[in-house]
Amino acid sequence: MQEVKKRLLTGNKAMAEAIRSEMKDNEDVFVLGEDIGAYGGIFGSTEGLLDEFGPERIMDTPISETALIGAAVGAATEGMRPIAELMFVDFFGVAMDQIYNQMAKIPYMSGGNVKVPMVLMTGVGGGYNDAAQHSQTLYATFGHLPGMKVVAPTTPYDLKGMMISAIRDDNPVVFMFHKTLQGLGWMEQLDTSQGHVPEESYTVPLGKANVVEEGTDLTIVGMQMTTHYGMGAVKELKEQGVDAELIDLRSIVPLDKVTILKSLKKTGRLLIVDEDYKSFGVSAEIAAIVAEEGLFDLEAPVKRLALPDIPVPYSRPME
Amino acid sequence: MSISKEELHWMYAHMYKIRYYEDKLEEVYMEGKQPVFNIGAGTVPGEMHLSTGQEPAAVGISVHLRQDDIVTAPHRPHHHAIAKGIDLNRMTAEIFGKVTGLSKGKGGHMHLFDPNLHFSCSGIVGAGIPHAVGGALAAKKRGKDSVAVAYIGEGAANQGSFHESLNLAALWNLPVIVVVENNKYGISVARDDSTSVASNDLRAGAYGIEGYYVKDNDLLEMYRVSKEAVDRARAGEGPSIIEIETYRYLGHFQGDAEQYRPEDEVKELRAKDQVNMYRDVLIKDHGFNENEIADIEKKAAAEVDEAYQFARDSDYPDETAALEDVFV
Repeated sequence: MQEVKKRLLTGNKAMAEAIRSEMKDNEDVFVLGEDIGAYGGIFGSTEGLLDEFGPERIMDTPISETALIGAAVGAATEGMRPIAELMFVDFFGVAMDQIYNQMAKIPYMSGGNVKVPMVLMTGVGGGYNDAAQHSQTLYATFGHLPGMKVVAPTTPYDLKGMMISAIRDDNPVVFMFHKTLQGLGWMEQLDTSQGHVPEESYTVPLGKANVVEEGTDLTIVGMQMTTHYGMGAVKELKEQGVDAELIDLRSIVPLDKVTILKSLKKTGRLLIVDEDYKSFGVSAEIAAIVAEEGLFDLEAPVKRLALPDIPVPYSRPME
Repeated sequence: MSISKEELHWMYAHMYKIRYYEDKLEEVYMEGKQPVFNIGAGTVPGEMHLSTGQEPAAVGISVHLRQDDIVTAPHRPHHHAIAKGIDLNRMTAEIFGKVTGLSKGKGGHMHLFDPNLHFSCSGIVGAGIPHAVGGALAAKKRGKDSVAVAYIGEGAANQGSFHESLNLAALWNLPVIVVVENNKYGISVARDDSTSVASNDLRAGAYGIEGYYVKDNDLLEMYRVSKEAVDRARAGEGPSIIEIETYRYLGHFQGDAEQYRPEDEVKELRAKDQVNMYRDVLIKDHGFNENEIADIEKKAAAEVDEAYQFARDSDYPDETAALEDVFV
């Protein structure tokens, strides 16, 4: 059998391709944000789109996160499907009201009469010496607040498929992309930031985790960079005779507890690896779910590997 | 300035209807809250911000609006909602927390939504301004000539969302009109103690847009400047700020002790009441007779009374309904 030729794309190109294909199909889709026009998004999420769609649909905004996210909310309630970019997730502080009180709550507070079909895409993650105000993931901060789907795809394949799902979703979706997995020329080059991406349009469902490696001895749960680290760990463990299963979470909300509990039933051991603060985080939530619903499947205590509760330091040895 | 008889009639009907609605709610709100006031008790629980006295701010501009025009309102939204033509039964049921309400009881009086009228609220000060910008953007993208009106209190003009939104609206030349209702107080803090300029229409200069000021809560002046602002927005001539000096007869919320307010202030404001003054103007200058006025009032009162009855007669939602509508 002939092997299918791989079409390798970086994370950012996969995202841009998803947006492009939805914009072609649906006049209601447009993008607004800071430096998403001629620059193509600081992390490349709109690369090449200005040339194709022009400034009417690829809209650079002033540095006004409240206005740009709020305007996306207002356009979405009028039936458009805006994609707003919050350049770094760390910047949510200047516009959080529009995110968690407006975008996330309008559907509920209107009794389901008003929909907010928008995507808020935002860059997350550290590891490249950008210090405490430009390095967070904040998965749990967003996951904690009801009313928004929160997704964090890892691979270029999922970035494209989940972006298409997010744009078509009638709910507000916070789409977190990891800066280091965008495959940008000015960051560390990782093999995992490139991957096979079919040219045609396809969807990957929101709220479904992916079993990346099957195993029987231990379940490792990761997302984005920690899935990437998990792949290395699985390989090392294999050399030591340990057969680990790796789950890429992909969605924070909804959280696919079924896949985690099913894996735990098989392996009896769980390690959660999270690039977010340890306390009150996604790792704590998964551990709590396991304590409630999977306690008797555990053969050993749950282990968590996550950031200590400190701001992300700048200098290389400390970070 | 020429105003049609139909417009004059419409404005009085809505001025009166809003006043009658709020007077009634002031009364109903106290049911179950006496002799001991507990904000969570009674027929209508929770905070209550009434708009009694502020009718001209909503009526004077809404007479120029269409069903497809977008309106965002703040925490004190009844006059805006009624002037936009909201279904009174469903609005009142919402305020009562009933399942027949606009949001099936999930929003309450500060959070009224009617997507068919393009009407929405937010309880957060200044939060609705960017929504109006986004609504106007959507209209423009679709080649429609709808306009978007964001009502805010004068306190909200000191929020960052005001500056960010107006800059963006001006930059993109969007049909946005921000109506600043200056009722003199942000809860208790007097306007003069919170705002660096004499009035917020002056801030229009910061964005290169038009600013209008209406003094003395004057309905007909509000009608006049709003017509200009709405016509300009509809013709693609960009955003405006209208500040109206309006009168808050009641406290910030019902139960407000109002110790920050001079004793005779409300008495003086009520002496210049716009519902009464406008009624007199209609008779004196526009050929309305007492019977016509009485008919308008009777009709409006009947509609309001029916809405309160509808709300009383409606059921509360099931407690399990709380878990619905988080996601669509």
